[in-house]
Amino acid sequence: MKRTRRPASFYFLSVVFGLFLLFLYGPTLTIGILSFQGPNGGLTFPLNGVSLHWFGNLFTTQQVGDFGGSFMRSILLGLGVMVCTLLFSVLAGFAYRRRFAGSQWLFYLTLASLIIPSILVSLGIGLMFDRLGWDPNWYSSAFGAHLTWTLPFGLLIMFAVFNRFDRAYEMAARDLGASPWQTVRLIVLPLIAPSLFGVALFGLTLSYDEFARTLMVAGSFNTLPLEVFGMTTNVTTPVLYALGTLTTLFSFSLIALVLLAMAVSARARKGA
Amino acid sequence: MRTALANISHLQSLPLALTLLVFLVFPIAVIVTVSFWGYDSYQLLPAFIFDNYQYLLSSSVTWQAYLNTFKYAVITWAITFVLGFTVAYYLAFHIRSTRMQTLLFLLCTIPFFTSNIIRMISWIPLLGRNGLVNSSLQSVGLIDQPLEFLLYSDFSIVLAYVHLYTLFMVVPIFNTMMRIDRRLIEAARDAGAHTWQILLLVIVPLCKSGILIGSIFVLTMVMGDFVTVRIMGGGLRASVGVLIHNEISLLQYPAAAAGAVVLLATVLLMLVAMFRLVDIRKEL
Repeated sequence: MKRTRRPASFYFLSVVFGLFLLFLYGPTLTIGILSFQGPNGGLTFPLNGVSLHWFGNLFTTQQVGDFGGSFMRSILLGLGVMVCTLLFSVLAGFAYRRRFAGSQWLFYLTLASLIIPSILVSLGIGLMFDRLGWDPNWYSSAFGAHLTWTLPFGLLIMFAVFNRFDRAYEMAARDLGASPWQTVRLIVLPLIAPSLFGVALFGLTLSYDEFARTLMVAGSFNTLPLEVFGMTTNVTTPVLYALGTLTTLFSFSLIALVLLAMAVSARARKGA
Repeated sequence: MRTALANISHLQSLPLALTLLVFLVFPIAVIVTVSFWGYDSYQLLPAFIFDNYQYLLSSSVTWQAYLNTFKYAVITWAITFVLGFTVAYYLAFHIRSTRMQTLLFLLCTIPFFTSNIIRMISWIPLLGRNGLVNSSLQSVGLIDQPLEFLLYSDFSIVLAYVHLYTLFMVVPIFNTMMRIDRRLIEAARDAGAHTWQILLLVIVPLCKSGILIGSIFVLTMVMGDFVTVRIMGGGLRASVGVLIHNEISLLQYPAAAAGAVVLLATVLLMLVAMFRLVDIRKEL
């Protein structure tokens, strides 16, 4: 590309963009720093010494609710939601490569699932379980509530994937005598693999952090975001920040892991 | 052959359809049904009465909450649109290498995959009475008293919305900008258009669908929100979502259900108006 001199607007917009990033990450960074507050430190600056006191505090059960348990539940729930999101969205993605009766309806229903106010999902599923006489649980009612949030993202990603998909590869495979299943397994799935990691990331992290749709449907055992929300009203020490820092770091590592997997699978595809 | 293939499509879309049926359609039907029920302190009383709606629509608290929520929605929409458009424009038209573009785009989207609640809490040490902003301003001597409006106010609520939702503007607008044929812009420049004219007369119209998708996201999310108002408003501010949530906490499910139905109708009306302007499926 020809290198031309940058217009003045470039420098102005660079500053705006830098400030935007600071706005995005600054607060998270702040509580990251404050979570190393000394044992006598408070919720705001200045730092009163530096310690791991508040991180340690997380693991003594009586201090803050049930951190370990809620963390485990959120992970298990997230993994389950991830598997279902991946499976259901990929299947539906394949379905939408052809016209079928009701496809418009299902598409609008999926969009509705995305933009419907979360409190309706929460209240609705809660009431439904209540009327049916079932006990809500994080692995049943909350599981379904999370799927209403993750599946639309999964389907939209699959649409984007197949809109850009070159059918010539598939046709070539069929011409060479591959069965439909062989074509899918050996040609289509490897080609779309990097995007599938993306769908998985949406499923896992959106479920792991989901709050509004979980509120009424988690039953007697909290997921992690519910636990954190409870803490906001009754915990007035930096232990809240320590928890925030840990769970944010956890999300960051998941994202890094998925980006790595995407890069590796994209490279493998090029190499093949 | 054709019907056989269509059947395969039906089978493939069945898990999605069933999940949405069980966890979206049925629950909404339950909400609509229960919104016509009565209740006392102990139980729900199946009936077909309009009391919940009558009470809801005749209460000034409801109207006040709607007014408040619309106010949040409009202000948030305006800010996220200007900010999101600027960021998308910078990424799409000022960053030249694809690698850098991907990296910066990722930086903008990563926070979406972290906890909203934690991101809200993160503002407390900055905006509180003794927070960073107040103490800095005081030490510089710009103010004598800590600014009270920074936290637990309309200001902090809108700030959190902008913080959480600008991404939803950036992504679709960036997406449409990347598909603008660059030759159109060169043609405009050759024809003598100024940078501002290119922006307003070429780029903005071509980004219309992205802007609309972003707007749909932001507006519907603010309309239905209760968590942000709860945390950033410190329990002092009311929105439609907060009212419903309060009724749920008091176990007044039929009242909450009526509130939810009216909220849903409001959001749907807004959507119908916006969907007329754009066909989302063509835009992916």
